[in-house]
Amino acid sequence: MEKPFRRRDLLGIRDLTPIEITGILDTALNFSEISNREVKKVPALRGKTVINLFFEASTRTRTSFELAAKRLSADAVNISVSSSSLSKGETLLDTALNLDAMAPDCIVVRHGSAGVPHQLAKVSRAAIVNAGDGSNEHPTQALLDAMTIREHKGKIDGLEVAILGDILHSRVARSNIHLLTKLGSKVRVAGPRTLVPDDFQHLVEKDLEVCPNVEDAIKNADVVMILRIQRERQDSAYFPTLSEYGIHYGLTNERLALAKKDAIVLHPGPMNRGIEIASDVADSSRSLILDQVKYGVAVRMAVLYLATGGTAATE
Amino acid sequence: MADEFNLVEKSRIMDATSMNRALRRLASEIVEKNNGADGLYLVGIRRRGVPLAERIRDKIEKLENSQPLYGILDITLYRDDLSTVGANPVVNRTELDDDIEGKNIVLVDDVLYTGRTIRAALDQLMDFGRPKKVQLAVLIDRGREHRELPIQADFIGKTVPTKSSEIIKVMLKEFDDVEAVGIFERPSE
Repeated sequence: MEKPFRRRDLLGIRDLTPIEITGILDTALNFSEISNREVKKVPALRGKTVINLFFEASTRTRTSFELAAKRLSADAVNISVSSSSLSKGETLLDTALNLDAMAPDCIVVRHGSAGVPHQLAKVSRAAIVNAGDGSNEHPTQALLDAMTIREHKGKIDGLEVAILGDILHSRVARSNIHLLTKLGSKVRVAGPRTLVPDDFQHLVEKDLEVCPNVEDAIKNADVVMILRIQRERQDSAYFPTLSEYGIHYGLTNERLALAKKDAIVLHPGPMNRGIEIASDVADSSRSLILDQVKYGVAVRMAVLYLATGGTAATE
Repeated sequence: MADEFNLVEKSRIMDATSMNRALRRLASEIVEKNNGADGLYLVGIRRRGVPLAERIRDKIEKLENSQPLYGILDITLYRDDLSTVGANPVVNRTELDDDIEGKNIVLVDDVLYTGRTIRAALDQLMDFGRPKKVQLAVLIDRGREHRELPIQADFIGKTVPTKSSEIIKVMLKEFDDVEAVGIFERPSE
């Protein structure tokens, strides 16, 4: 029988088996009711220390991890690079060793360079959770997206998912592509041709298609996932201007009508209203953006529990 | 929760009929002590307390023509041995959909042994609110000498004196091939 998730670190979706992924999702489901209680706390990680080590600014993901840790009764500490010795020229290795000397049980790390969590995992005794490394992966985002899809559609296998936007630079896209294809979905990506290279379809072995335009990708989709377009990209000549991006690639009601009638809309946030997603689409009942945030805490609780020794649910 | 594969059954102390009679009596005692099914809230402790609680609930409904409130507790996250076991156990769902504030809770479990499971259940219940009263119903009480905490059962199906080397297993059709209660031991002893 294939083993459920029993690794110490969560570095990426790429190395996980489907059993491990569904184990994490099932565990997250069992944790989700805790956030609905009066007393939003269980003693599971009491006395454990979780360090959020964020080299890139992030309020949303960091808050989500912090709440997840605190709801499990762990002691959560936030380190952001601007206010620490990292900006004084300390190497990553020294940072890791210094933190290890304070005996954390788990380090959640976000960094602008791919591979940083993997490096930390080699050096640190703590469990390492990747909260985003460069353009490589953002595993907990893909897990919470999958949980949102599964809760609304009842399954992931057999669905058609469109991922639209700046695929080239997106760790969210990469983690989602790995996860969705591993669980049997068909993924279509589209966006400006400068940001969606053709040979991207070799990222995974099957079920990934690069579409020539967003309409082709959206057609008949069960799930439409919109990626955030970063304002800096317009200065690098990937596309003319943000408003042109909105006109040609943005998810408007007209474009969304090409998807299935009951298609859902996801966005990892924060969104640029009127650019990659129209305001009325973002606020419609088909948009599950706020559900994603809700499931994000449950998924991160499950990941922290599993990384510090928990066993994943098997039903 | 022991490794189930090496156990040898030494004796069978209850069969399906005697289990059913005991549960009927427990249902009867519970409504007698609580003056009916009003305000009564049965909570089954995973795993084996759950089908037992369901059966008691149904028997109470037959007696009183009204179903008590019903919920499920998974006490995994409140165990006091989480940091000592190698890999933490699987977490399953807790379902307490109705508010427990001011209710008469009757916790239901299969076997009362050291009392630590019930301690965890009490701590978990308190995180959900303030019940008026919490009572405990168990099918088997292994005897006060095994208790590691000051915990007692209010409603007992059968008291069975046992050795620490023995394990009492309540087998239920929801999980096992038979309906019975047996005393098991590891073969080496």
